[in-house]
Amino acid sequence: MSTRLKEGGRRIDRAKQVEFTFNGKRMSGFEGDTLAAALLANDQVMMGRSFKYHRPRGVVASGAEEPNALVNLGEGGKFEPNQRATTTEIFDGLTAASQNHWPSLDFDVGAINAKLSRFLPAGFYYKTFMFPRFAWKHLYEPIVRQSAGLGRVPKDRDADTYEHYYAFFDVVVIGGGVAGLMAAKSAGEAGAKVLLMEQTPHWGGRAPVDGGEVDGKPVEDFVAATVAALEAMGNVTLRTRMMGAGVYDHGYMLGYQRLRDHAPAAKGPRHRLWRIRAGRIVTATGAIERPLSFAGNDVPGVMLASAVRDYVVDYGVSPGDRVVVVTNNDDAYRTAIAVKAAGLSVPAILDARAGGGGALAEEAKAQGIRVLNGMGVAKVHGKKRVEGVAVCRQAGEGAVEEEIGCDVVAMSGGWSPVVHLWSHCGGKLVWNDKYAMFQPNPEASPTGADGEGFVLAAGVAAGAQTDTDFEGLGLYETLRTAVRAGTQAAAELGFKTRDVALPTVSEHDEVAMEPVWLMPQGAGAKLRMKAWLDYQNDVKVSDVQLAAREGYESVEHTKRYTTLGMATDQGKLSNINGLATLANALGEAIPQVGTTTFRPPYTPISMGAIAGEARAETFQPLRRTPMHDWHEENGAHWEPVGQWRRPYCYPRKGESHAAAVAREVMATRDSLGLLDASTLGKLVVKGPDAGKFLDMLYTNMMSTLKPGRCRYGLMCSENGFLIDDGVVARIDEDTFLCHTTTGGAERIHAHMEEWLQTEWWDWQVYVANVTEQYAQIAVVGPNARKVLEKLTDEDISAESLPFMAWKDVTLDGVNSRVYRISFSGELSYEIAVPASVGRAFWGRLLQAGEEYGVTPYGTEALHVMRAEKGFIMIGDETDGTVIPQDLGLNWAISKKKDDYLGKRAQARSFMDNPDRWQLVGLETVDGSALPDGAYAVAEGTNANGQRNVQGRVTSTYFSPTLGKGIAMGLVHKGPDRMGEVLDFPGTDGKTYKAKIVDPVFYDRDGEKQNV
Amino acid sequence: MRGIGPMRRYSAFAVAREAARYHSGWERAWRSPEPKKRYDVIIVGAGGHGLATAYYLGKNFGITNVAILEKGWLGGGNTGRNTTIIRSNYLQDPSAAIYEKARSLYETMSQDLNYNVMFSPRGVLMLAQTEHEVRGYKRTAHANLLQGVETEFVSPQRVKELVPIISLDGPRYPVLGGLWQARGGTGRHDAVAWGYARACSDMGMDILQKCEVTGIRQEGGKVVGVDTTKGTIGCDKLGIVVAGHSGVLAAMAGFRLPIESVALQALVSEPIKPCMDIVVMANTVHGYMSQSDKGEMVIGGGADGYNNYTQRGSFHHIEETVRALVETFPMISRLKMLRQWGGIVDMTGDRSPILSKTPVEGMFINCGWGTGGFKAIPGSGWGMAELMAKGSSPLTEEFGLNRFAEGRFVDESVAAGVAH
Ligand SMILES: Cc1cc2nc3c(=O)[nH]c(=O)nc-3n(C[C@H](O)[C@H](O)[C@H](O)COP(=O)(O)OP(=O)(O)OC[C@H]3O[C@@H](n4cnc5c(N)ncnc54)[C@H](O)[C@@H]3O)c2cc1C
Repeated sequence: MSTRLKEGGRRIDRAKQVEFTFNGKRMSGFEGDTLAAALLANDQVMMGRSFKYHRPRGVVASGAEEPNALVNLGEGGKFEPNQRATTTEIFDGLTAASQNHWPSLDFDVGAINAKLSRFLPAGFYYKTFMFPRFAWKHLYEPIVRQSAGLGRVPKDRDADTYEHYYAFFDVVVIGGGVAGLMAAKSAGEAGAKVLLMEQTPHWGGRAPVDGGEVDGKPVEDFVAATVAALEAMGNVTLRTRMMGAGVYDHGYMLGYQRLRDHAPAAKGPRHRLWRIRAGRIVTATGAIERPLSFAGNDVPGVMLASAVRDYVVDYGVSPGDRVVVVTNNDDAYRTAIAVKAAGLSVPAILDARAGGGGALAEEAKAQGIRVLNGMGVAKVHGKKRVEGVAVCRQAGEGAVEEEIGCDVVAMSGGWSPVVHLWSHCGGKLVWNDKYAMFQPNPEASPTGADGEGFVLAAGVAAGAQTDTDFEGLGLYETLRTAVRAGTQAAAELGFKTRDVALPTVSEHDEVAMEPVWLMPQGAGAKLRMKAWLDYQNDVKVSDVQLAAREGYESVEHTKRYTTLGMATDQGKLSNINGLATLANALGEAIPQVGTTTFRPPYTPISMGAIAGEARAETFQPLRRTPMHDWHEENGAHWEPVGQWRRPYCYPRKGESHAAAVAREVMATRDSLGLLDASTLGKLVVKGPDAGKFLDMLYTNMMSTLKPGRCRYGLMCSENGFLIDDGVVARIDEDTFLCHTTTGGAERIHAHMEEWLQTEWWDWQVYVANVTEQYAQIAVVGPNARKVLEKLTDEDISAESLPFMAWKDVTLDGVNSRVYRISFSGELSYEIAVPASVGRAFWGRLLQAGEEYGVTPYGTEALHVMRAEKGFIMIGDETDGTVIPQDLGLNWAISKKKDDYLGKRAQARSFMDNPDRWQLVGLETVDGSALPDGAYAVAEGTNANGQRNVQGRVTSTYFSPTLGKGIAMGLVHKGPDRMGEVLDFPGTDGKTYKAKIVDPVFYDRDGEKQNV
Repeated sequence: MRGIGPMRRYSAFAVAREAARYHSGWERAWRSPEPKKRYDVIIVGAGGHGLATAYYLGKNFGITNVAILEKGWLGGGNTGRNTTIIRSNYLQDPSAAIYEKARSLYETMSQDLNYNVMFSPRGVLMLAQTEHEVRGYKRTAHANLLQGVETEFVSPQRVKELVPIISLDGPRYPVLGGLWQARGGTGRHDAVAWGYARACSDMGMDILQKCEVTGIRQEGGKVVGVDTTKGTIGCDKLGIVVAGHSGVLAAMAGFRLPIESVALQALVSEPIKPCMDIVVMANTVHGYMSQSDKGEMVIGGGADGYNNYTQRGSFHHIEETVRALVETFPMISRLKMLRQWGGIVDMTGDRSPILSKTPVEGMFINCGWGTGGFKAIPGSGWGMAELMAKGSSPLTEEFGLNRFAEGRFVDESVAAGVAH
């Protein structure tokens, strides 16, 4: 039985009872309990099933390293799978369910795998399931998938919110144990701006459980006093329930704050992701205890010695009446002493060291506990619960000397410093032979932008130091290295530090641990097949040995072949034991074998927190033109174009999109249309060298453009491909306004900046993106001039404002810049007004145009009209492989210039070649519209058996103006083949026949736009 | 020499037989030999592409006096870091040819290698979320039709049937359809490397791990060997197949490559029960996702915006990717990211690979697979082996280095073009 003790429990408040359910069963605990503690208090030792064999699993740890006790937590939009019971604080109404079993935790059909485990060693699936060929996908894999996976699938949309928080600190200390507290204090006292974060709700870490005295008082008092001192310091920020999740380049790091996991009813975001720039990071992350590898070490009731102690001391919970302790170090004796002090029984301590322990062992013996030196566990009895252990000599092969009945085995294989955050960004480790652990190599800290190390380790996380007489990982050393790290961090950042006096400490002397990688050391195959390394993924000692035997010798191969350390705990308990097992199998030293890579996050963090506030409407910035609301109110069907929304068309009630587009086109061609063109990029290019600069950027000659005039320009990449087009207006001698495509504004701006900053930094030019400063409206159609004339007395006649000219005009009292340019082939003005008056001005144009049946049109009508005119569209006629010469745009390529971007590239043999696909118009023989993106086939197939092709459709529309389908396309030597009919096979199984025609379908002589 | 004796075949029967003796009888999957003085062919880089090249040199051309040199552990480069998407719905003919060849070889790879690489044709769906993307994918579907690649442009309703956890009508980028390749899917990346390694070793080839190439030896413009951390090794022909480090090796031979190396990242969630049977790529929002056989959601996105060799990558891209996928699959908001990692990918300007002769006679290069070369491994190995054995291959014809000098690109970044 595991149960609640009558007394004790530092962290619980016995006055506050909390009700929750587990697998539908009502249970109660106390405020301050973790779910694991509360479950143990309710005699629920078995908490889950393992991944591969579906073995019964009980809780082994008491913190973030827990591999077994994972639960489905909550319901509906607050449901979350794979929550560790050991870090979940209980609250009233919590619902938890165990995972990975069917139909129930107690009786799981999947446990058949355990029976078959002999046939399912590491990597068995690479050797089987191959026949028949299609069976993997259709038979085996579905079974594997169903049996794998852990938690349930969330069904509902997340009911919680999340936020990001950006912060700068001089020193960030990760871990709020005594080392972290002391490091933060040392750095804080030097004047540094400090953040101290602790993943649990409590300060002090392990020390208050482990005992010892500081300045003659219990550690607990020292913790309280230090926290109080830190809270009083204005330059120190303290956060609990916040984990250091990852350390990245240049002092960037993530803090993962769980604000409401323990209080889901409260308001506000659930998690806050801190994105921090730190001058220095101190990892005071402590150490994690290692399991021992003996047969049956996965039976529920086998726990880490420190965890047993935590449950007894912190939560007043007895994991069982009779606790056998098995260890290779002194620390585990503390567990025996604590268990005994709680009134429970410790039938024996099995100390694998022939010489036994030190002062703590004496204390245990003095309390009447039986200590067996040189002994270990041969085998654990029990299936869903420990029933006893068979004791053997550690030195032997497992001959049983004695059977001891017990319901808990508290094991300790020594400790491993938590080096994850140290390692994330490239910090190196050294092997400490004496303590059998990897620890940070202070000579090889991750380096920042200045080449200096920016991470320091403190306390147990730093490992055992060699610069001292004080051996080991004790309290004094912890405080000493913490002060050193905090002070050094501040000093390196230029803060004045002073010597910090260390408190006096009293603690037990400890005898050195002795590495034990297999128990007993000579265990045979049968025992090794029952000795677990990775509890969640079911990796055993025998699996690692098999991997080594089969040549998967690199630690990465072994990891991947066996899945060791790949479970949700990322090997926090299993990695070192696995490495040692591998090293032994290979006959190599552990440091030669090396570790796998430590990757962020330290423990899993919610996707919700990573995404932050950015979801739904706020997923990405939504850019709205000044007329956006009008479009919305008038039924626009929106089309996302980059981050903009543009009206695709404005369907009337009952009108299809196609009908709306046709109506908009016809109204514009016949009388008057309005287009919101505000999204077009507008870049001001200014300076004495502006003309020279634009001559390099555009294929055209821009420097000769007269102020007051406009020119259509093409821009190519260095590779010669057409990347953007638009009308350039010369405002004055030094100033040009360059229009880009909607999607091109930022890209072209960056492109210009790149050339200016990296190549032509001595040219006197600057570029400003004024896209959003203006509302731009195209007034289009035969009646366009008449409408404008209603709004001004100024002369805007064809003579005063001819095609491809611009003029500042006051229209209805608004300062406007009127460009007479056309993308539709009609008489057309694009009018730029300050964004702030855009909406009002749009309204005025609608009013003034009413008598002409003014019709706002969307992007699709725009596309149709430009296609009718044979105007190209970047992204349709171009795709990154097309050069201006392919599009019949040679006229826009200046022959007079020495150079422009892309010129040299276009001289290459494949480009400067008449044998290319070139722009033509296409008309189906039957008047229908060609399918989007269809290819024209040629005779035969190529060397790879693919059908030969000779062209493709680049844009295709139904033209309401002409009453038939029209298309543009690129065809091999197309312009020389007018009238030829090509075959375009469609994905619908039909073949479309289309004739090659001139790409200008409408008003070939430009009479309409030039009036 | 054709092999060093038959390798023991893997089968359910063999596993059962071994179970009886506690699996003590399994042989090494590949030998761990010392280098010989010289080989007919040396392949540098024991990633998927290097190993596949060696395998087909042996299998298709009987060339087995081959060494594969690997500076770390075989399969430890991008081959062991990728998100294992396999598809062949590329746009340009040369790409479709080599990727489709690869895809079809994946279908029989487990049987060919007698190693279960878990190729799973679960289907790959590329979402169209803008009108421009719709047109682009329709074009690809038309191209694929003529290339012999089975793809289909599907409606939003069909998208929802294929992947019920998707949100079709997010307020920002509603799903307008998708390009569906039913015969695309995923495979087990490590197994591909291991399976090839085992087969190569069995043919008598030497896989030399922890053997870094530090120099390339030439005589009269012809390659004669390499300097390595295990000494100098001679060869007649040399294949450089080192992905992100291609520029470094080209520099050893005295030429430059039009390649940039950037970190590409990926991440996985904690495992959950099956909820997504197919692979979905959402290019407008920049993210893709599938579910592994273990139950983890496997997620990837864009590459970092600066060149480097760190194999780490920044958090910003993780954020962008996860945000995109939370938007597309809202339920993953309640899952947790278990692990993020990065690999260095070798990017060419046209996003197509280089399989080519080089200015040094006898030296060949296979690189530039960038963010998407796992799917190509068998096809690339097949073509590269032919190129090295015969001097040319229809599969590699268009991927020569000279295309950059001639401007004859095989542009696969087309889908990323931006519309008005
Ligand atoms: C995060 C990520 C996700 C990806 N997702 C996908 C995907 O879903 N689908 C897909 O198709 N592709 C994907 N890719 C791309 C794919 O992984 C690569 O294109 C492919 O694996 C490259 O294989 P390779 O054999 O060319 O290179 P690698 O596997 O990198 O092998 C090159 C080898 O060369 C070795 N080497 C380097 N220098 C030397 C030297 N001097 N001497 C000896 N050996 C050397 C390296 O150690 C390495 O092992 C992804 C890549 C990444 C990073």
